[in-house]
Amino acid sequence: MENGIAVQIEDVSFRYDKENVLENVSLMVPKGAFLGLVGPNGSGKSTLLKCVLGLLKPNSGRIFLFGEPIESFREWHRIGFVSQKANSFNRSFPATVEEVAASGLAAKRGLFRQLTKEDRRAVEAALAAVGLSGLAKRNIAELSGGQQQRVFIARALASKPDLLILDEPTVGVDARHVHEFYELLGDLNRRGLTLILVTHDIGTITDQVTDIACLNKRLYFHGNAEEFAQLDDEAISQFYGHPLRVLSHEH
Amino acid sequence: MWEAIWHYEFLRNAFVAGILTGFAAPLLGVFIVVRRLSLIADALSHVTLAGIAAGLLLGSLAPAAASWNPLYIGMGFSVVGSLLVEKLRAVYRHYEELAIPIILSSGIGLSVIFISIANGFTTDLFSYLFGSVSAVSRADVWTAVVVAAAAAIVILAFYKELFLLSFDEEYARVSGIRTTLIHFLFIVLVALVIAASMRIVGVLLISSLMTLPVAASIRIAKSFKQAMGLSILFGELAVIAGLWAAYELDWAPGGTIVIVAVVILLFALGWKRGRQR
Repeated sequence: MENGIAVQIEDVSFRYDKENVLENVSLMVPKGAFLGLVGPNGSGKSTLLKCVLGLLKPNSGRIFLFGEPIESFREWHRIGFVSQKANSFNRSFPATVEEVAASGLAAKRGLFRQLTKEDRRAVEAALAAVGLSGLAKRNIAELSGGQQQRVFIARALASKPDLLILDEPTVGVDARHVHEFYELLGDLNRRGLTLILVTHDIGTITDQVTDIACLNKRLYFHGNAEEFAQLDDEAISQFYGHPLRVLSHEH
Repeated sequence: MWEAIWHYEFLRNAFVAGILTGFAAPLLGVFIVVRRLSLIADALSHVTLAGIAAGLLLGSLAPAAASWNPLYIGMGFSVVGSLLVEKLRAVYRHYEELAIPIILSSGIGLSVIFISIANGFTTDLFSYLFGSVSAVSRADVWTAVVVAAAAAIVILAFYKELFLLSFDEEYARVSGIRTTLIHFLFIVLVALVIAASMRIVGVLLISSLMTLPVAASIRIAKSFKQAMGLSILFGELAVIAGLWAAYELDWAPGGTIVIVAVVILLFALGWKRGRQR
């Protein structure tokens, strides 16, 4: 039954062959939250996301999406996803920005159904939300890395999702567009969208997210951004596995 | 040639089958090329040849089987081959292209064995290798009609799923699209189109009709739909101009169609270069 929780992860463990990647992870993401899921490379962040997206099945534990066990969850159009691999698409693919954004509606529409007027409006609104209205007819390969990443967010937004999941979305995006990009995510969250952002870079997200979860095979910390700011460097270094100092980015 | 088409049924058959092939092959070819599976058509055409050789052999061994159209046995082989390609791609996940030479060489191996048992080449088999206008029967035309209609219906029904699967397979899976089922349907369709196109362009040239028009179109097209439209246009142009030239000059139709497609590709490359200056 649907409640105020977008994602609930209960005691999830996952192994690749004999190596434990996730150990008894429990995490709850309320609707309207902007969760930053951080951890060093190889900490299991992407694996946890894949479990939440139904791409991998945990060895133990349970996952609920909008109150529904993941095994019986069918409303995948309610979840938008931007992969870290999105930006490594085939650059010779002959597709316009509009075609790529509209492909986000594939799961929502039935067989034989072409774009309806309402669908076109949803695509236009999604492109407008990411500031790409004027580029709809352009070939996606002609855009900058930052703009391409926005197209993938528009694709995820086209189906009007309730939850947007982003896995290291700034990989391949040049530094001057990264700040703009996080501001856009913060703006979407303030408009009511629930977000989960996976990153290995804590410093860049602390001023946008509402909650932070620190993962390194198991969950080391989960709290709001203020609580995270009060953690001392030693506590953070402990879960990163080596000495670390968090610097907030000055923009 | 146009007058002769009205007079001779075999020319009419070849023309209609050619038009249908010029539509269906590039229509599927667009998805094959953007998914970087261009060589799959070559592998399946050689498996189809094995099926056709098996059909001809059966016909020579058992008089009751002589009336069967070997194309249907070729189709059966092609579909089985397409499923084996998929299985091998899953087994060799990090060397997916390995599936193609494995299936291709198996197809040639079987073909050679069947041909040797039947005591060498026959004129019939030669027409399957390089295509033949005079060999296209009315049954072949009906097969091409059914297969082209099936291709159009499947692409229309699964266009958005196939687009997403081709552009970003991971996102397609996250969206809840049944990627395995759709890919299976698509690959079986490719196998059927290859087998049905065999009479016109032949085993050795069919993959070119799936890839050359697409190679030309993606140099020019801005959008995916435009790429599909241009691919079909170039495919039809190659078939019609190729059949006409083959008739007038008494050349082999399969080879002529392919060379026209190459000329169209050269024009597309030149056009793109001209625009870039």
